[in-house]
Amino acid sequence: MKNETPLLSVTGAGHRYGDRFGCRDVSFDLWPGEVLAVVGESGSGKSTLLGMLSQRLTLDEGTIRYRTARLSDADLGGAGEDERMAEDLLDLSTLSEREVRRLWRTDWGFVHQNAADGLRMHVSAGGNVGEPLMANGWRHYGKIRAEAEEWLRRVEIPADRIDEAPATYSGGMRQRVQIARNLVFGPRLVFMDEPTSSLDVSVQARLLDLIRSLVAELGLAVVVVTHDLAVARLISHRTLVMKDGVVIESGLTDRVLDDPQAAYTQLLVSSILQG
Amino acid sequence: MSAPHIVYNEGYLDEQTKRVIRRALLKGVAIPGFQVPFASREVPMPRGWGTGGVQVTAAVIGASDTLKVIDQGADDTTNAVSIRAFFEKVAGARSTTRTDEATIIQTRHRIPETPLAEKQILVYQVPIPEPLRFLEPRETETRRLHALEEYGLMYVKLYEDIARYGHIAKTYDYPVLVNGRYVMAPSPIPSFDNPKMHQSPALQLFGAGREKRIYVIPPFTDVESLGFEDFPFEPQRFDQPCEICGSVGVYLDEVIIDDRGNAMFVCSDTDHCERTATASVRDETTEVSA
Ligand SMILES: Nc1ncnc2c1ncn2[C@@H]1O[C@H](COP(=O)(O)OP(=O)(O)OP(=O)(O)O)[C@@H](O)[C@H]1O
Ligand SMILES: [Mg+2]
Repeated sequence: MKNETPLLSVTGAGHRYGDRFGCRDVSFDLWPGEVLAVVGESGSGKSTLLGMLSQRLTLDEGTIRYRTARLSDADLGGAGEDERMAEDLLDLSTLSEREVRRLWRTDWGFVHQNAADGLRMHVSAGGNVGEPLMANGWRHYGKIRAEAEEWLRRVEIPADRIDEAPATYSGGMRQRVQIARNLVFGPRLVFMDEPTSSLDVSVQARLLDLIRSLVAELGLAVVVVTHDLAVARLISHRTLVMKDGVVIESGLTDRVLDDPQAAYTQLLVSSILQG
Repeated sequence: MSAPHIVYNEGYLDEQTKRVIRRALLKGVAIPGFQVPFASREVPMPRGWGTGGVQVTAAVIGASDTLKVIDQGADDTTNAVSIRAFFEKVAGARSTTRTDEATIIQTRHRIPETPLAEKQILVYQVPIPEPLRFLEPRETETRRLHALEEYGLMYVKLYEDIARYGHIAKTYDYPVLVNGRYVMAPSPIPSFDNPKMHQSPALQLFGAGREKRIYVIPPFTDVESLGFEDFPFEPQRFDQPCEICGSVGVYLDEVIIDDRGNAMFVCSDTDHCERTATASVRDETTEVSA
């Protein structure tokens, strides 16, 4: 069974800024269709971890392995179970820059906290959503536009605004365009760094609902960074709690939030309850 | 005693500099459409006036060459005349306005109407060599996109044109794919001229002085103007003939002929226009005397 292999397997991973570690000794497996929340206070290393997993920051120790579509779809008949595991999971440190960028184009999405970091603010919404398709070799304008229209509809952008640039959009709309741009090419894994925290509280709830339903519908695996435990509660299956660059607690989200083991997590949870 | 006069090295640039430029040109020939960095030198004209083209011409010209210089298709603009005079003086080269007699043609904004032949060299003056610049201003990033052959961005620009205007609105410096590999800016020639680059028997050299880049289309190389399957590249077309020489299928300029705003459409390629006009006068003369 294919699903006996995790999608992403992280062992003892760390990233260093100069001689200090931004995050260190992180280990977990992420399964297809699973949503993992990474929570912790400001400066605890959440964004560093996300950058390192997505190959935007260097991996300075440990290993990250990813099950590529290319290998898992290939006929592996004849190989023994152990060999198949080994063959399925690709050590990301062995990839060339070209191969990493191919993963970014075809397999992985990345939703930034600030839409301006993930969108071309002066290119139309349609162009923004169409760009990943064009990057993947689509060369038929009508088909690119139809696909962009479909995705903008799914993230609830009015059809008549497809030719306007995100610079003219509200914060919530920009974030929805960014999500469309990251889902349009059919990724299997999406990284999100505080996708809702730049928005008003009322807009946050609606966007979270949208993310939750799309992720479930598409069976996506997601690593979502948030400092908001309510976000973790609402969309994630499992949660990692980070402090000072290390994971101090992890488990099913409901268990971590209802019955926190680490003193620090207990503090985090109680501060929410009082807040 | 005669007045002391300055002796220039042949072609103005010193031999070492010319070798540097020729090495860049050879690299360009080996990798068609790839932008080769080079150490752009001072030449006696301001940057933005074709210093890249002048340096390339200086590196390939010799006393046995015949040089033609065109600016927007015309041989007689101040800039074209002074570049021609410059090389007559410093390279001892002959000059001409006739496309078919030139061995080297330095150009700004046009490819001549007269088809080019083997052993001719076309030198383009290039202001902005990077076709991806408008959407990605970071040079490190555009270099990476070329290296990894990631050209999705180029199509975003075309997409935006179609979304906004219903067609691809770019009519000059229209991007091309050279030899199936590198996307290249052809310099601000009209898209009308784009098809002339494809499989041309001439050697096409591009020099950007301010940006310090050289690139090349070797003879008989595929040059494809980008487009979508359902919105393919369409070169500009002119439906009327030139009002001076009667040529059809040539690039026309609108010339205002009086202060009431009346205009006529005439060839932008002055050499082509004169020769066609002279030939038809001769034909008429022959007919009359026959
Ligand atoms: N570019 C950098 N250079 C040096 N140190 C950095 C850099 N980026 C982050 N750090 C440090 O690494 C640690 C983790 O930072 P990180 O941005 O990952 O935290 P975070 O959990 O995402 O915080 P926030 O909730 O504020 O976004 C912090 O101590 C931070 O100061
Ligand atoms: Mg952060």
